[in-house]
Amino acid sequence: MDGVHDMGGMDGFGKVEPEPNEPVFHAPWEGRVLAMQRAMGYAGAWNTDMSRYAQERLPPAVYLGVSYYKRWELAMEANVIERGLADADEIAAGHALRAGKTLKRKMPPELGAKGAPRGSFERETNRPALFKVGDRVRARNIHPKGHTRLPRYVRGHVGEVVLVHGCHVFPDAVALSIENDDPQWLYTVRFDGRELWGPDGDPTIKVSVDAFEPYLEPA
Amino acid sequence: MAQNHTQDDHHDHGSELSEMQLRVRALETVLTEKGYIDPAALDAIVEAYETRIGPHNGARIVAKAWSDPEFKRRLLADGTAAVRALGHENRVGDHLTVVENTPRRHNMVVCTLCSCYPWEILGLPPVWYKSAPYRSRAVKDPRGVLADFGVKLPADTEILVWDSTAETRYLVLPMRPPGTEGMSEDQLAELVTRDSMIGTGLVKAPGVQ
Repeated sequence: MDGVHDMGGMDGFGKVEPEPNEPVFHAPWEGRVLAMQRAMGYAGAWNTDMSRYAQERLPPAVYLGVSYYKRWELAMEANVIERGLADADEIAAGHALRAGKTLKRKMPPELGAKGAPRGSFERETNRPALFKVGDRVRARNIHPKGHTRLPRYVRGHVGEVVLVHGCHVFPDAVALSIENDDPQWLYTVRFDGRELWGPDGDPTIKVSVDAFEPYLEPA
Repeated sequence: MAQNHTQDDHHDHGSELSEMQLRVRALETVLTEKGYIDPAALDAIVEAYETRIGPHNGARIVAKAWSDPEFKRRLLADGTAAVRALGHENRVGDHLTVVENTPRRHNMVVCTLCSCYPWEILGLPPVWYKSAPYRSRAVKDPRGVLADFGVKLPADTEILVWDSTAETRYLVLPMRPPGTEGMSEDQLAELVTRDSMIGTGLVKAPGVQ
C-alpha cells in the first residue's frame, strides 16, 4: 500500500538527531513490547510481515505521531484482536476473560536468552532465476493495495542487478497467510542517484533496494 | 507536527509513558493468561539485548576482518557463513551482506520502509535509525545526513546507500584507520563505533577516547 511508512525521498522531516549515550530502551515497557513481539512471532501468532502490515495500516497521523515502540504496541493489539487471540474487552480489562486459542508453541526462556533469533527466510526452489548479476531491470510501476516491500521511490526506474540472494519468502503473500510464503527470487538492484532523483540529484550516489522477482521486469 | 517527535515522545510526554506502562502491562497479562507467552522468556529477551547483544559483537567482526585477510575475504563473500563460523553465542539467522568502505567508496545502510537492522550483530537500532528524518533522507541526500552526524566525505567519494527492503541485512566494514599497525584485535575493536558499521560515522582514531 502507498502509505506514510514508505518514506524514502520525502522532504520535511528535518535533521537526523542522534542521541548521545542512548539507552537500549527508554522505558521498561519498550522492552516488554519488543519481547512480546518476538515471543508471539515464535508462537506462530503472526509473522514479521503481518506485524509490519498492521503498522502500515495505522492511520497516517498515528503512524507519524507516536513513538516507535508505541507503534509496535498498537499494531500488536490490532493483530491480537484481528486474529481472535484476545478481545478488546480483555485488553481493556487487563485480564483474560475467556480461554485462549492453541498456538503452535511457546517461547522458552532459554531461547529468549539468545535474543530470540530468527530463522532463515530462504527457501528451496527448482525454478531458475529470471535475472543475473549485471542485468538491467526496471522496477515495475505497481501499487499493490496490500503489504509490499517495493518502495515508491524506485518504481518505474531502471537499475542493475548487483546481488542474487536466492529464493526468499515473499512478503506480499505471507503478510496475508502464514501458510503461503510463495518464495520468490530476491535481488539487490542498484540505481544511479540521478535516475531516481533527476538532474539535480547527487551524481556521486547510488541506491540499492532488495527486490523480489515479481517487482522487476527486463529493461 | 514536531520534526523530532520520537524524542519528544521519549522525553516530554510523561502522560504517554504512564499510559503505555499500563497498556503494555494489560496486554502482557492477557497474553500470559491465555497461555501464549511466558513472562520469563520476555525477561530473558530484554536482558539479552540490554547486556549481551550489541555493537561490540559487530566491532569484533570488523577488528578480525582488519587483522585476518582470509577472514575478510570470506566475510565479504558470504557474511552469514563467515560470522556463523566465528561461533558466536547467537547464531546469525539474518542473511548478512558485508559491504566494504574504500578511499573511493562509502557505504550507508537504511531501511526506508520500517527499521530493518542486523540485530544479532549490532543489537537494537538507535532511535534516529528508525526516525522519519533518517528513513526519508538517507536515500536522497546521504551527504546531508552525514553532515547531521558531523561527517564530511571528499566530494568525489562514491556513496552507496543500501535500503534493507527484504530480510537481508547489511553491515558496513569501515576502513582501518592509519596508525593502528601492530594493534591487537581487542584494541582495534575499541575503535569501531556502532555508527561506523551503519555508515553514518567513522571509526575512532587510535589514542582518542
